[in-house]
Amino acid sequence: MLSFTIRRLLAAIPTLLLISLVIFLLVDLAPGSPLSDIPLTVPPEVRQKMLAAMGADQPVMVRYFLWLKQFFWIEPLYGIDALLGTDFAQGAQRIISWQSRVPVFQIIGERLPQTLTVVGTAYLIGVLIALPIGIYSAYRQYSWFDQAGTFFAMAGFSVPTFFTGNILILIFAVNLGWFPTIYDTNLTVTDWESLKQMLLQMALPVTVLALFNAAEISRYTRSSVLENLGQDYVRTARAKGMGEGKVVMKHVLRNSLIPVVTVIALGLPTVFGGAIVTEQIFKINGIGAALIGAINVSDLPTVQTVTFIFAVLIVMFNLIADILYGILDPRIRYD
Amino acid sequence: MTERGPETVTASVARAERVRGPWADVWAQFRKHKGAMMALGVLGTLALVCLVGPLVWRIDPNFIESDTVKMFKMRNQGPSFAHPLGTDQLGRDMLARMMFGGRISLAVGTVAMLVAIFIGTAVGVIAGYFRRMDGLLMRLTDLFLALPLLPLLLVMMFLFRDSISGALGPRLGTFLLIVLAIGLTSWMQAARVVRGEVLALKEREFVLAARSIGTPSRRIITRHILPNVLSPVLVAATLGIAAAIITESVLSFLGLGFPPDFPTWGRLLYDGIAEIRTYPERVMWPGIAISLTVLSVNYIGDGLRDALDPRIRGR
Repeated sequence: MLSFTIRRLLAAIPTLLLISLVIFLLVDLAPGSPLSDIPLTVPPEVRQKMLAAMGADQPVMVRYFLWLKQFFWIEPLYGIDALLGTDFAQGAQRIISWQSRVPVFQIIGERLPQTLTVVGTAYLIGVLIALPIGIYSAYRQYSWFDQAGTFFAMAGFSVPTFFTGNILILIFAVNLGWFPTIYDTNLTVTDWESLKQMLLQMALPVTVLALFNAAEISRYTRSSVLENLGQDYVRTARAKGMGEGKVVMKHVLRNSLIPVVTVIALGLPTVFGGAIVTEQIFKINGIGAALIGAINVSDLPTVQTVTFIFAVLIVMFNLIADILYGILDPRIRYD
Repeated sequence: MTERGPETVTASVARAERVRGPWADVWAQFRKHKGAMMALGVLGTLALVCLVGPLVWRIDPNFIESDTVKMFKMRNQGPSFAHPLGTDQLGRDMLARMMFGGRISLAVGTVAMLVAIFIGTAVGVIAGYFRRMDGLLMRLTDLFLALPLLPLLLVMMFLFRDSISGALGPRLGTFLLIVLAIGLTSWMQAARVVRGEVLALKEREFVLAARSIGTPSRRIITRHILPNVLSPVLVAATLGIAAAIITESVLSFLGLGFPPDFPTWGRLLYDGIAEIRTYPERVMWPGIAISLTVLSVNYIGDGLRDALDPRIRGR
């Protein structure tokens, strides 16, 4: 198992490097970069100084390797310094946002908690809704519950989140006035009153994301449970006189959750991508909003770094899914 | 198509009294899927309205009254006989805009799907058929699967939109850019499915027979492999239309899609959101249209999957 894990980890490194190169070149070589947007009235020597101040006068490859070094070496050092109060980084150049002249990782650090609270809660609730629906739909295949579940899942991933989100805002926030329409990022939970406010403002975005996630996961759970219900060991367990609850909740569930766990792990990074839309609907000041803001003012370092962080998340969760699969299902460990 | 899988052969033997082609079998099975049939009806109606509607309802979707006083009177009207869905904030007829937007949305979905399926099938067939290419192409597929697609799409739209619009004009430029961007980022599932099918097909006797009489690889692929991977490709294509329409509307919703004088349903929804409190119907119409289309396409894909699966067919 250890060698399997190490092999998978090593295989992830070239993938990440290639992705970083693709992202860097795509963003950097595009014709719409801010370097082409400097007005022609600016004298050439001033223009040169502006480029130099942004570090944009270097060749592409030099900038790429500098960015890689900053991302994988200098920024982690700053992270350690901030945690332990040491001084490993010694004032080395960090990745600076062109828009605000603030280190990009500081922006990410400020934005990530909002995204994580909303996305994390939504995903958790989505899974908690999806599992029972999936299990019961499979157990009573073709019952009205199953039909309703199928329709719910189909509708769940067919109706776009920006539509459901806006309808929910219209009904529950504008017409009924139960929830706030805009997510207040400055709200810190200190007492019961602020906790209630926090829950109220999280309710709508979490509902939208949770329903969307639940739709997909419940389908996977259903097909996985269905597959296991027909297996020989289920018949054996029933023939032994084991209670139906024990057969389904213990034997079948354990076996059928193996692929579901992988799907859940694989789906998490896409949820971050989908959160870009949700953040836009509910005006949540999260990492997706930071990305959109950076794109709109062509703040290349922020765009490159945030996009690459999404890529790192995807690769990381692929890895986690693989390893989890290996732990849960001994047949998979081919080492 | 000289050969068919053994399952269709036995199926047609069983119904020897009525000789039916394999597509008739597929259609017979498809008709049993109530959801898919209903979806086909809904999608057909929507597409028909969008395609034929503008010939009957001859109001220019971009017509703005040049007389300012008249224009102000025309703005934000509710439903009436002159404008069944009302007018928007510039007095443009919403019904005409919805039909026009539907044409573009459906076109984007179809063309982007074709691009994705073309790339996916090509990669899948080459990777599955030629062992030397397999490792490289599948690495490439894995790489694409690990890319953060929505952020990259947004970046691509933002960075390339102006220059491509400048070269080809805002309408054609944006259309081509969106279609290519969506196609280039959604071929991976099709490639994987096709590769798996080709790997299995390659070992079958009819391919061996073809090879042993000296058929060149190109002809084996076009005559023997491609017709047999048609059914997974068809299912992937159907689901691909739905995904492409959703992606396009997400881009439009984030303000990085089509320009307002060349609207899609996504763009109409985005435009409606600014005034959702006073005129909610301007968000509802495009939203319902997108949802119905995607839901129908997904149901049709579901029905097709059942109908094309020979293990289920004929039961």
